[in-house]
Amino acid sequence: MHAFRFDPVRMPASAQALRSEVRAFIAAEVANGAFTPSCNSWSSFDADFSRKCGARGYIGMRWPKQYGGHERSALERHVVTEEMLAGGAPVGAHWIADRQSGQQILRYGSERAKHTILPKIASGECYFSIGMSEPDSGSDLAAVRTRANKTEGGWNISGTKVWTSAAHRTNYLIALVRTAPKEDDRHAGMTQFIVDLSHSGVSVRPIYNLYGGHDFNEVVFDGFFAADDMVMGDVGTGWKLVTSELAFERSGPDRFLSTYQLLVESIRAIGADPDARSANEIGRFVAHLATLRRMSTSVAGMLERGAQPMVEAALVKDMGTAFEREIPETFRHLIATEPALGDGASYAELLGMTMLRAPGFTLRGGTREILRGVIARGLGLR
Amino acid sequence: MSEMCNDLLNTVDRICDEHCSKPVRESAEAGAWPAALWQALEEVGLTRAALPEAAGGSGLAFEDAMLALRRSAYHAAPVPLAETMLAGRLLAAAGMSVPQGALTVAPVRRGDVLRFVQGASGTTLSGSAHRVPWGNLCAHAVVAGELEGKGVLGLVSTARAVRGVEKNLAGEPRALLEFDAAPLLASAALHDAPARLEAEGALYRSEQMAGALERTLEYSLQYANERVQFGRPIAKFQAVQHMLALLAGQVAAASAAADAAAEASGLAPDAFAVAVAKSRAGEAAGKGAEIAHQVHGAMGYTREHNLHYNTRRLWSWRDEFGNETYWQSRLGRIVAAQGADALWPTLSRL
Ligand SMILES: Cc1cc2nc3c(=O)[nH]c(=O)nc-3n(C[C@H](O)[C@H](O)[C@H](O)COP(=O)(O)OP(=O)(O)OC[C@H]3O[C@@H](n4cnc5c(N)ncnc54)[C@H](O)[C@@H]3O)c2cc1C
Repeated sequence: MHAFRFDPVRMPASAQALRSEVRAFIAAEVANGAFTPSCNSWSSFDADFSRKCGARGYIGMRWPKQYGGHERSALERHVVTEEMLAGGAPVGAHWIADRQSGQQILRYGSERAKHTILPKIASGECYFSIGMSEPDSGSDLAAVRTRANKTEGGWNISGTKVWTSAAHRTNYLIALVRTAPKEDDRHAGMTQFIVDLSHSGVSVRPIYNLYGGHDFNEVVFDGFFAADDMVMGDVGTGWKLVTSELAFERSGPDRFLSTYQLLVESIRAIGADPDARSANEIGRFVAHLATLRRMSTSVAGMLERGAQPMVEAALVKDMGTAFEREIPETFRHLIATEPALGDGASYAELLGMTMLRAPGFTLRGGTREILRGVIARGLGLR
Repeated sequence: MSEMCNDLLNTVDRICDEHCSKPVRESAEAGAWPAALWQALEEVGLTRAALPEAAGGSGLAFEDAMLALRRSAYHAAPVPLAETMLAGRLLAAAGMSVPQGALTVAPVRRGDVLRFVQGASGTTLSGSAHRVPWGNLCAHAVVAGELEGKGVLGLVSTARAVRGVEKNLAGEPRALLEFDAAPLLASAALHDAPARLEAEGALYRSEQMAGALERTLEYSLQYANERVQFGRPIAKFQAVQHMLALLAGQVAAASAAADAAAEASGLAPDAFAVAVAKSRAGEAAGKGAEIAHQVHGAMGYTREHNLHYNTRRLWSWRDEFGNETYWQSRLGRIVAAQGADALWPTLSRL
C-alpha cells in the first residue's frame, strides 16, 4: 500500500472568468447590503440569496440542462463553491440540495422526481435536509430503526430522525429507512426515500443547540406515505446510496473554509506589521490553507474524472475540520479581545460565533474518529 | 505525471535497489563517496534532470525532475543530488555553463556572507561558509553573493577551501569552506542570487521531505500489518489505525505542498509557494517521524531497521534552508503587509 495521491489538476480556461464573475457578484451583494460576510455561511438560511444564485446559474451546475442544470464541470462548480465560502456568502438554504441531495436524485431518483424537483433546486427555490441520524444511530448509521412498510402504491414510514439541520425551513429530506428486517448482513434491507415535508404524517420539532439557536430538529414520521416514485434506486440498496451521498457530503471546501472569515478578521486585527509570534502563526495557517486548497481541488479533479474519492475526501475533511477548529484556539492568544455574542462581522463576534459552533465541525458529516477509520480502511488496515 | 517521468522514477528505483543498499548507506555515513550510485545516477541523466534543455538538460518538465529527486529521498540515497540539481539550475539561470560532476552551493547558513571582489585579474571570493552540504566531496561550489549591490553568481573550486567536516543528524557531510581571495572559475550577474539560492534550496528540501515521508508511511504500514501483539497484528488496534491515518495526512499534505511549489517554480522559485511548501513539509516531517517511530516500537529505534535512514533525514532537512518558523514568518509578513482582503486573491492564484 502506498501513500494517497492528490494529483495536480489543470483548471479549465473558463474557471478564471467564472471566479472573477462570482467574486464581483459577491462584492456587489455585500455593497448593496444584501448580506454581511460570515463564518459557517453554508449553515445559514437566506432564500433570497439562493434565488439569486439560482438565477445566475450557480446551483446544479453539473446537472443536465433538461433538469434545469448547466452542464458545467466539477472544477467549475468547485470554483463557485470556494468563492462563495471565502466570501462568507449566505449559501446555506440551497447548500445541501446542491451538494448532495440533487446529485443523489439525478443518479438514483425516478423520472418524476428528477423532473419535478431538480429544476426547482437549480433555480434556488427548493431546499433539502439530510435524514440520516436517529436517536440510536449516530456514527453507527446502519443501526437506523425508522421503518417503511409496503402499501398500495407506496410505503408507510414510521420512526424518528434527529439532528436534522434546517428541516423546519426546507421542503424535502432524503431519509435512510429500514425496508426489511435486520439480517446477518446489517447493511442490507435499507432504502432511501425522498420525503416531502409539507405532507401530513411527518412533524418537525426544534432541538435548540448549545447557544440557544434553532438549527437542527427532531423529525417524527407517523405513517407518512411515500409514493413508489419517491424511492431512490432499488429497494434494499440504501446503504450503497447513502455511502455515495456521504462522499459528496464530505468532499468539498466547506470542510475547511467554515472559519475563513475569522482568519481574515484575525489578520486584519493583527495589522500590517505583526510581531514575531503573530507573523509565525499567520504564516502557519496560510501554509495549511494553501495546502488544503490544493488537496481539495485535486478531489474535485477526481470527481470530474468520474472517480469516487471517498478516502481522499475523508482525509481532507479530517485535516480541514481540525484546521477550522485551530483558528479560534490560536488567534485568541494573539489578539487580546474577549469573544462576544452576536452575528456581526467584528473579530470579537466572529470569534464568539466560531467558538460556539466549533464542536459541531468535527461531528457533522461523520466524526473525526469515523473519518480516521475510513482513512485506515483506505490504507488497507481494516 | 508524464510517461517519461514514470520511466525515470522506475529508473531511480532500479538504481537505488542496486546501489543504495544498507552497506552503501553506512559507508557513506562513515565518509566514503558512493561512487557507483552517483555514476549510475549521472549515466541516466538524473543529475542534470532539472536543467533546461538548452543548458544540457534532458527536456524533462521541472516538476518531473522534482519527483525524481523526491524518489531518491524515498530511497535515502546518500548523494548530493539536490545540491547538484540546484547548483546547475542557478548556473543555467545566470547563463553559465554547468561543469561535470557533483556540485554544491554556498553560503547556506543564515548570516554567512561570501565577498565577491573584482580585481585586475578577475573576480575573487573571500569569507567562510558553514555547513555546506557535501562541500568536502564536491569539486565545485556555486556561490551566491553581491557585487556592487547587484546579485552575482560564481563557480569556485573547493579543492583548497575545506577546513572541516561536520555531519547532519543523518550523517550527511556538512563542510566548512573558507576562501581567501580565491579566484572564481566563472561568474555572472544573477538577480537576487542569495535569495534565489535559499528559496531553491528550500524547495528541494521540501521535495526530499515529501519523499522521505512516503517511505516512513510505507514502513509503518508494513510493520503494523506484520507485528503481532495480543494475538493480532497491531494494525487491527484502532489507536494504531488512527495514528497511521494521521501520518497519511501529513504525507499527503507535504506532497501536495511540494507539488504546488514545483509547479509554480518552473522558471524561478516562487517565494510564496516555496514558503508554503517548506513550512508545511517541515511540520509534516516532525509530526510524521514521531508517529512512524511510535508505531514501530523499539524495533524502529534500532540501527538495524531502515526507518532511521528516512527519519534522521527528516529531522535534518526541516532545519536546512530555513526552518518552519523562518518561512512561516516570511509568509505571515507578506500576508499581513498585503492586507487581510488580499489573502484569498493570493491563494486562488496558486
Ligand atoms: C451541527 C450538527 C448538525 C448535524 N446535522 C445533521 C443532519 O442534518 N442530518 C443528520 O442526519 N445528522 C446530522 N448531524 C448528526 C451527525 O451526523 C452525528 O452527530 C454524527 O454522525 C455522530 O453521531 P452522534 O452524535 O450520535 O455521536 P456518536 O456516534 O454517539 O459518537 C460519540 C463519540 O463516540 C465516537 N465513536 C462512535 N463510534 C466510534 C467508533 N466505532 N470508533 C471510535 N469512536 C467512535 C465518536 O467519534 C464521538 O466522538 C448533525 C450534527 C451536528 C453536530
